[in-house]
Order: sequence, then structure tokens, then C-alpha cells
Amino acid sequence: MKLWKSWVIATKDFSIFRKKKRIIYSLIILPLLMSIGLPLVIGSVASSSASTEEIIVLLNAFSYFYVILAYILPSTLASYSILGEKIEQSLEPLLATPTTDSELLFGKTIASFLPCTGVIYAGSIIFMILVDLFAYDAIGYLFFPNWNMAFILLLAVPLSSILSIQINVIISSRVNDVRTANQLGLILFIPFMGVYVLLVTNAISLSVINLFVISAILFIIDVVLFYISKAIFSRDEILTKWK
Amino acid sequence: MIDAENLTKKFGTVTAVDNLTFHVEQGEIFGFLGPNGAGKTTTMRMLSCLISKTSGNARIAGYDISDGEDSLKIRKIIGLLPENVSLYDDLTAYKNLDFYGKLYECAEAQRKENIKRFLKMLGLWDKKDVSVGTFSKGMKQKLAIARALIHDPEILFLDEPTANLDPESSKTVRDFILDLKKEKKTIFINTHNLDEAQRTCDKIGIFNTKLRVIGTPEELEESVWGNKTVIQLEQVNDRILKALTRLDLRNTITENNKLIIDVVNPEKENPIIIDTIVGAGGQVQYVTRLSPTLEDAYLKFVRGD
Repeated sequence: MKLWKSWVIATKDFSIFRKKKRIIYSLIILPLLMSIGLPLVIGSVASSSASTEEIIVLLNAFSYFYVILAYILPSTLASYSILGEKIEQSLEPLLATPTTDSELLFGKTIASFLPCTGVIYAGSIIFMILVDLFAYDAIGYLFFPNWNMAFILLLAVPLSSILSIQINVIISSRVNDVRTANQLGLILFIPFMGVYVLLVTNAISLSVINLFVISAILFIIDVVLFYISKAIFSRDEILTKWK
Repeated sequence: MIDAENLTKKFGTVTAVDNLTFHVEQGEIFGFLGPNGAGKTTTMRMLSCLISKTSGNARIAGYDISDGEDSLKIRKIIGLLPENVSLYDDLTAYKNLDFYGKLYECAEAQRKENIKRFLKMLGLWDKKDVSVGTFSKGMKQKLAIARALIHDPEILFLDEPTANLDPESSKTVRDFILDLKKEKKTIFINTHNLDEAQRTCDKIGIFNTKLRVIGTPEELEESVWGNKTVIQLEQVNDRILKALTRLDLRNTITENNKLIIDVVNPEKENPIIIDTIVGAGGQVQYVTRLSPTLEDAYLKFVRGD
């Protein structure tokens, strides 16, 4: 596998994404709202009569929100990355080049992964600074940075993002519309929300061990999905059945 | 350079390409002529390793289209112009070509040189930094041809290269194809444009799921009815017809004082025929050769007319 070819495909997609305002907005708005909105909620809770423990439970749950965001955010980019080629009928000359399916799919994964993780990291920095600013008086110390957030950002976020991309690649090869692909892709959002509910209700705690378990599960699913997406990516079907 | 042997493609129970066998020499322009839905694009896609075959086989420059490793080598040495131009509208002409040049593993210096050369040859150099989305159909078609050539391939597969082009753009593209022939490139053209095939191709295969006939444009024309000589007389009479019967001609049709005669060797037979007519008192006004066209050949082999 020639990784530089995947990079060529990814940089081409970056250039196209830059021209699509809808994609830019969908990439920026949600992380921005979260990164400013969630600290405001924390600030409001901190100024009420909530206990330090209650604030920390909420902070951990909100930190986990970035794992969910990493699942939601690449959806538009990943589905556009494949469906865009499908809609513009540009896959035929692309498939005619001496590029393997793995190089192509890996390129498409990078194209969605890098902008999304970049935006999430930028958003999380704003989030951490604002939270420390608003919650310091209530909890008496700077909550961020901490190991949980480091684990979330360095492990869980990338794995969650890759999961989303793989699912969207699989769905995109079966549908013809970006929105349908997005909506179907968001079905797997439910288990992520389930974990969030368990965190916010304090049924489970956000610990490095729990995050490691979540990341391990995500990693296994990612590997399985990569092989599924590769198996599903049939040149015959793409060129003869995709309309 | 291109060898197909009993190449077959089935989609479920439908046979798109049936036992196709042909050979294209290096430096030859081969026209694959057939109606819409004949299986021309499917054939081109099999030959360019885009879709798999059902049975039979084909070799491109000695590489097997059904071999995984060979298919990558084939894709390196061929250039493809698909039926749809399939360009990235949001990228400039230059970036479109640069992207494909990289994927074809064309070295940077060579890539830059080729982009400049082909954009200039096709009259698009001034538009190199303009988004392709603003291009006309003709400009896009030319750019797609440049894309197929960006890595200087040995073999070119062109699917309907002049479809939807105005006459001037069609001529530019046709002349360009003929220029490529001078560079000894092997070119496989899918078309249903008879004029284009006649003007550019060395060899033509008429195809409709099965290969009906293959030959040079001249061979195909002659295969329709061979040679016919048309002789316009002032008046055709029984004496002339009686004299002609003695020549043991294959077929003679009389139509408004015009004789249409099948001849095997016109250079040898025509003077004898004229002498006979004049000897029988006939007054010859003119003599012409009735030429079948490629269209006649096409209709004969495709429709069985």
C-alpha cells in the first residue's frame, strides 16, 4: 500500500471541501456551540447550590460529549467524500488509475478524519479553558487538563471518528443521497448516547479504565468495519449499478 | 497490443459482451462501432481493468486483465476517457490534471511538462487556473482527454471522444487523435459516429453484443456489395442488354436508362463493358463507381439490412 497515494486523494478532497460552504459550516458550528455552550452550563450550575461532586459528574459527562461529537462530525464529510464522487460520476477515472481499493479507502478516511479531529481538538481547548475559568471557584482547582480528557482526546476521539467514517463509507456505497447516508449513519449514535446517560446519572464513572475499555471496543469495531468496507467496495458494482 | 479472446461479460442472465475476439496492433487506431447499449462501454471497462470479465480473457501489452498484479500494471500504461467526462468541477483545470498525474505516479517535472503541453495543444492553457465547473462541454471533453494522456500512456481508451461536441471541437479532437497516432500510440475508440470512425480509424469492429465484422473501413465498405459500376446511357435497349448477357456478368440492374453492374475487377472489366455497349450502338453519357458507405456496412451488420 502506497500511503502517499492516500494522501494525494485526501488533499484533493480537502481542496473540494474548502469550496463547499455547507461542509465548512457543518464542520464548525456544532463543535463551536458545544465548546462555548457546555462551559456556560457548567458556569450556571457552579453558581447554583450544586455540590462539587455533582459538578464533577457533569464535567466528566460533558468531556465524554467529545467522543460523541467525534462520531457525529465526520458523518457529513465521509458520506460526501464517497457520495460526492458518486454524484459527480468521478469514480470511473479515479478507479482507472493504478490505485488500490485500500489506498483509495484510506485516502477517503484521512480526508474526513483530519479536519474533524482538528476541529474537535480546537474546540476542546476552548472548552477546557472556559470550564477552568467558570468552575474554578466552585471546585477549587483547575479541572483540566486531566488524564481522562487526555485519554478521550488522544484515543477515544480518533477511534470514534474512524468508526463513523467506516460506517459512512459502507452506507454511502449503498445509497445515493448524502442526507440519507447521514441519517443512517447516525443510528449508531444511540449506543454512544446510552453511555452518556450512564455517565450523567453516575451509573458508571469516567475513569481511565472505563475509557480504555470503550476505546478497545471501538478499536475492534474499527478494524472489522475497515475490512467490511473494503469487501463491500466492489468496482463492478460501483461502475455498473451505482446510478 | 490489445488481444481479446472469447471475452464475455454477463450481468445476471443478460449477456452484454458475447465471445469477443479481436486483435489491435501497436500504433493502430481501432474503432469499436455499435449502437447504444451494444456493450461497447462494458468492453472498454473490462479491457481497462475496471470491471471483471465473466469468461474468456484479454491481454493488454502482454498483461492479463484478470490478474490482480497485472491489472495495476495495465492501469499504469493505459489512459482512459470515460463516457462521462467525470472531472472535479470545484478544482481548476491544472489541479484536476495534477491530481491524476500524481496518482499515475508521473514524476513532478514530467507532470508539469505534460500538463503544459496538453493544455496548450488543446487550447486550454489560458484557462488552467479556472474552476472546471465554469467550462463548456467541449472544454471539459478536451480536458478529460488531456487527463487520459497526463502520464503519457502507450494505449488510449476513448469512449465517445466527440460526443456532444460542436463540429469545430470535434475536428480539434479528431486532429488531436491523429496527432497521437504519429506518436505510435495505440488507440481504442468506442463510437457510434460513423464519420469519426471513417476519418480516424485504421481498423473497425462492428459490434452489437457480438462482434459482427472487423476490417479496415475500405474492407467493410466493399463487404457490403463489392464493386458496382454505374453507366448512364442515352437509352437502354434490348440490343445492348443482349450484348451484355454474353459477357457473363454477375448481376445487371436497369434503372431509367442507367445500368448498375456488379464487377469483380473494375479496372479490367469496365473497358470491356463499355466497348460492348458502344459496339451495340449505345451512347455512354457517364460512367461512375457506386461506392457503398460505412453507414451501409454498419446497417448491414448491426441491423441485418
